[in-house]
Amino acid sequence: MTAAIAGTISNLETRLTPIIERYRGKVGVAIPLLADVQKEIGYVAEEAVEYVGTELGISAAELFGVATFYAMFRFQPQGKYVVRLCRGTACHVQGSGRVAEQLERSLGIHDGETTEDLMFTLQYVACLGCCSLAPVMLVGNDVHGRLTPEKAVAVLEDLRKAQ
Amino acid sequence: MSKTTVTIGLASCGVASGALPVAEELERLLAGREDVEIKKVGCIGYCYMEPLVGVERDGKNYTYGKVNVEILRRIVDEHVNGNKIVKEHLILTDGTGKQDSDSGSENSRMEKQVRIVLRNSGLIDPKNVDEYIAREGYQGLAKAVQKMSRDEVIKEVLNSGLRGRGGAGFPTGMKWRFARDAKGTQANASNPNGTDKYMVCNADEGDPGAFMDRSVLESDPHSVIEGMTIGAYAVGASHGVIYCRAEYPMAIQHLDIALGQAREWGFLGKGILGDPDFDFDIYVKEGAGAFVCGEETALIASIEGQRGMPRPRPPFPANSGVWKKPTNINNVETYANVPWILLHGAEAFNRYGHGRSKGTKVFALAGKIKKGGLAEVPMGMPLREVIYDIAGGIENDRKFKAVQLGGPSGGCVPEHLLDTPVDYESINATGAIMGSGGMVVMDEDTCVVDVARFFLAFVQKESCGKCPFCRVGTKRMLEILERITRGEGVLEDIDKLLSLAEQIKDGSLCGLGQTAPNPVQTTLKYFRDEYIAHIVEKKCPAKVCAALIRYSIDPSRCIGCARCSKVCPVKAISGEVKNPHHIDEEVCVRCGLCKKTCPVSCIELSSGDTDPKASVA
Ligand SMILES: Cc1cc2nc3c(=O)[nH]c(=O)nc-3n(C[C@H](O)[C@H](O)[C@H](O)COP(=O)(O)O)c2cc1C
Ligand code: SF4
Ligand code: FES
Repeated sequence: MTAAIAGTISNLETRLTPIIERYRGKVGVAIPLLADVQKEIGYVAEEAVEYVGTELGISAAELFGVATFYAMFRFQPQGKYVVRLCRGTACHVQGSGRVAEQLERSLGIHDGETTEDLMFTLQYVACLGCCSLAPVMLVGNDVHGRLTPEKAVAVLEDLRKAQ
Repeated sequence: MSKTTVTIGLASCGVASGALPVAEELERLLAGREDVEIKKVGCIGYCYMEPLVGVERDGKNYTYGKVNVEILRRIVDEHVNGNKIVKEHLILTDGTGKQDSDSGSENSRMEKQVRIVLRNSGLIDPKNVDEYIAREGYQGLAKAVQKMSRDEVIKEVLNSGLRGRGGAGFPTGMKWRFARDAKGTQANASNPNGTDKYMVCNADEGDPGAFMDRSVLESDPHSVIEGMTIGAYAVGASHGVIYCRAEYPMAIQHLDIALGQAREWGFLGKGILGDPDFDFDIYVKEGAGAFVCGEETALIASIEGQRGMPRPRPPFPANSGVWKKPTNINNVETYANVPWILLHGAEAFNRYGHGRSKGTKVFALAGKIKKGGLAEVPMGMPLREVIYDIAGGIENDRKFKAVQLGGPSGGCVPEHLLDTPVDYESINATGAIMGSGGMVVMDEDTCVVDVARFFLAFVQKESCGKCPFCRVGTKRMLEILERITRGEGVLEDIDKLLSLAEQIKDGSLCGLGQTAPNPVQTTLKYFRDEYIAHIVEKKCPAKVCAALIRYSIDPSRCIGCARCSKVCPVKAISGEVKNPHHIDEEVCVRCGLCKKTCPVSCIELSSGDTDPKASVA
């Protein structure tokens, strides 16, 4: 079965073996294991979960149960830039709802989706801990604060232009 | 000339405000200088003034705010090299500052604070253990381990009156006593109850609008590690876990560095500080972004790698926690208080406080205020003082409407209760809770019905789904609130909301469900008029709820510049250049971009004056 799996994502086995070895024989590893899979493959791919599960003797159902529970796990390939827009209280009060609407309009996607050109994935998060700069979004590792709808769109347009 | 230290704040808030290029320039300007040292510090809580640069010399300390590369060059030129203060950018003077003629504009904000938890934040380099040690670091631990029995440590914490800063405010000393009394295996002579226990730090900080735990972990990680280690000594724990949300990469990085240093110095590991029976180590566990994981039993499940589902209590974590071992869980801020208490004594701590709330509380100030950031104040300071004197009052001098305390479990406190002192009991009496200390201030342009809807949407999404009342009940409430904000509510909805609230509180297993209705209940208690306006007049007084507002152009003032029609994302505005324009309300998505763009302010925002639908020409 491994051969069939390895067919969809290239080098699945080689890429996952070091991760599997890291967790072999340990308990309570589901979350870091899934996080490592996500880091390696870019998302929690079904075939990858089945593969690591078989190797470590954890059922795929259990791993998926854990993965779907937590917001940090994704099940689709991601865009080059992950746009994490804060929808926390401080940001909400300072108008992040309008920013969200404008981003959805200009990117043509909703929360959790990726643009067709694989440039941007939009994600709403609960709080980035930069509430004093609300509204805030994180693009890659860069925090952009005191957003307005126009400013948010401009940040992404600049990234697209820089391509 | 004596040595000068130039500090630069590089916590997340600083970096987000552009501190990195300033730090780079600083290193470039001072490269090779023997007489000047650069110190990369965390956050002193003046987030609204970031990036911050400080100059320390001869025991005097000056802090500059909103520093960019040009201002930095002036500071280096005039102050570092020329010993002349750059007055117009100076915000804070420490040390001998007060009697100085050149005191900073923001000094009074600091003078109102009492800094126990934040004693080192923004002053030391969090990656440098020497600086922590130079400021009394690990002396509390040394005193506990070398001079006090485990009982005495617990008694000291109990006498201090320290209560949990994670939300519920349970006395920390009592919690520790439960965990100490719990039976574990691996007993030894000095620890007959066993040592295979867990000391857990809850650094999940799932409450949106709260960021004090992040700041403490980024700015002073050793204070948390020291607090946990003191606790471990007292309860007899051998394993420590810091459960930190993955959204806080800098906090995790700084913790990892600090843990390595603590091991190197013998503050963690085997035979800590010469006590042969005291073995304790800590590792960091990354959370994965679920609000409910902050709940103790869910947190334990998550540490074990399962879905973070709460379970009924008893058994309490003190008896059966991580891997069924006796476990003590405290919040970041709770632990950060502990070393100070051990070193300075219970009495010094409870000299600050009010009623049954002792010591200080760190607040995360956000929302429509002038000075967003962190402040640590003695318990009992009136809310008004925190909001006006420390947070600087309302942005753009708008009118205060409410302050939201305690996040999704908390509530909105209205203007007439602003003299409420911040202590657990007084805040509870308003219907809000102290929670973890997030304060989100709202002005007259905030719609409280919308805020209630916002929180319900939050808890609805974050409910683990185990209890039908929490899962379905909050969904029903959310649907009703959505209807009201759309102008489709009926008066009976209010009774329905209130009765659902009671049912959800009674029928939920964990704190998430039990407190989820609080934001609705408090807004209904203090702002019922606004609900009525939405329901009866189909009007949103704050002009927020999209379905109840309308943008229109006053044709007599419109100059036909066409800027509005260009920015409108949905092409709802039509008209010929130099002639009055018109907004098609059917198409308009109420984003307000046109109003912001109009050079002559001819676009009006209204609610309820006319029926939006009827006015479509
Ligand atoms: C839904 C829910 C979320 C919580 N989130 C947190 C949190 O993020 N951080 C925290 O310290 N406590 C949180 N708590 C409270 C903790 O369960 C627990 O009471 C606290 O960590 C105990 O520490 P303390 O006694 O030092 O306050 C939460 C509780 C509930 C019910
Ligand atoms: S109250 Fe809600 S979050 Fe808590 S256990 Fe029940 S369903 Fe889960
Ligand atoms: S609420 Fe948005 S960063 Fe905290």
